[in-house]
Amino acid sequence: MVNPEAVLSSRNVSLWYGETRALNQVSMDIPERQVTAIIGPSGCGKSTYLKTINRMTELNSSVKIDGLIQFRTKPVQHYDVVELRRRVGMVFQKPNPFPKSIYDNVVFGLRLLGRRRKSELDRIAEMSLRRAALWDEVKDRLRDSAMGLSGGQQQRLCIARALAVGPEVLLMDEPCSALDPVATAKIEDLIFELKQEYTIVVVTHNMQQAARISDRTAFFLTASLIEYDQTKRIFENPRDKRTEDYITGRFG
Amino acid sequence: MKKQTKQQVFLLGVTFAAFFSIAVLFFALYFVARDGLGVISWEFISAMPRQRMTAGGIWPAVAGTVYVSALTMGFAVPLAVFTAIYLNEYASKGWVVRMIRLAIRNLAGVPSIVYGLFGLGLFVSTLRLGHSLLAAALTLAVMALPLIVSASEEALKSIPDSFREGSFALGATRWQTVRYQVLPLAIPGMITGSVLALARIAGETAPIILTGAAYFYPLIPQSVSEQFMALPYHLYILATQHEQVQLVRPLAYGTALVLLMLVLSMSLGAILVRSHVRRKRDW
Repeated sequence: MVNPEAVLSSRNVSLWYGETRALNQVSMDIPERQVTAIIGPSGCGKSTYLKTINRMTELNSSVKIDGLIQFRTKPVQHYDVVELRRRVGMVFQKPNPFPKSIYDNVVFGLRLLGRRRKSELDRIAEMSLRRAALWDEVKDRLRDSAMGLSGGQQQRLCIARALAVGPEVLLMDEPCSALDPVATAKIEDLIFELKQEYTIVVVTHNMQQAARISDRTAFFLTASLIEYDQTKRIFENPRDKRTEDYITGRFG
Repeated sequence: MKKQTKQQVFLLGVTFAAFFSIAVLFFALYFVARDGLGVISWEFISAMPRQRMTAGGIWPAVAGTVYVSALTMGFAVPLAVFTAIYLNEYASKGWVVRMIRLAIRNLAGVPSIVYGLFGLGLFVSTLRLGHSLLAAALTLAVMALPLIVSASEEALKSIPDSFREGSFALGATRWQTVRYQVLPLAIPGMITGSVLALARIAGETAPIILTGAAYFYPLIPQSVSEQFMALPYHLYILATQHEQVQLVRPLAYGTALVLLMLVLSMSLGAILVRSHVRRKRDW
């Protein structure tokens, strides 16, 4: 029933916040080392779907979930949540570096895992910052507070922080919506680079962005997955009238 | 009235109200200082009272107040901080938490004499601690608890959830998130709240009269089971209970001045800590 090629598969996932249904029978397979974009109007459930994958929705005690979300070989509920979140990293809408030094931000996840050797931490910190295309800008001020960075740099730091613990999947929740166009372009380039090694799921309300960076696109509307296909197909020849209306800007 | 006139009148009113509040504080300070400064000396602070408290100093009362306050904080701060962490970081937002919070709010409004009676019943009698430093400190700790819990909760609430989410998303457990991301940022606020509660507690009279403060005990307590003298009670005695009230009036003012300075310097310290942290804070 579950596609073995997929890194992440969901089947009939429904979610309620109290009495409000935020996801309705969502089924989709997310392929490895590709960028999957999730688009849709505000409140359609796209961010909620992302958060069910790494079980961040559990932090809200009024949430009820039904259906199956499988990561690799087993359902996400069967993972130790620490392991799951290490392997499935997340980047948030508003850059949220910790009010600590740049270095301490990057190695925080490693320290949680009990890694203490300075040489190892240094090596992984540099590697992660390089992958997040931030190293050259911060290598001389790793001990400075992360709060002194620009918004775009902060967001790349959050990406580096997520990469440091060695994830396989990166979930990005509107990662550019708080950034200016230049910083946005940098993050988009970075996403393109990162998909060589990581499976990326990115929620965005920006359709041009989805078209630019993603291989596959899912369109959500009122808690349901309406259409999910190759990005090219979604934008050039959507099957569903509602998808067409949305991408041509008739609503949303 | 014209709009501008109304505006002028209102401005005058609020300005007057603000200055009136400040004036009351300075007026009180002035009166205490005017009659109290005369007796203040190193001997007054560091010597034992002599000749039926008409001469000598107030050292046992100073020491007693410091001891009972420190002991109180030792009991109250850890308990209050853990309570606040439970309420804000662990408990799910249901009616149980609302009830606990409501109970704590109400505790803060209970008159201090009632705490005294409670302490007398529970600590002094039932738990057989007797009139002692320990019983008084436990009673004051119960009283300080709601103050410190509320302040600590405010400190925890002021920390944006985005830090917690970022930590959880990296695989941190709830305790790791509290320990490494939340507490370090909340501690300055907790310290400020605790010191302000301490300043409040140091001046309490009713609870300690019933549970451990002595009318006259010119010794420095050597253990927590002894009685003790305390500044606020000593002040009350000198002002109303002494056989020569007129004679010891300056000593009463002097005692008041020492107590006031102690309490105000604690508040000032707390305010300085807070403003220092606020200036340094970059989030």
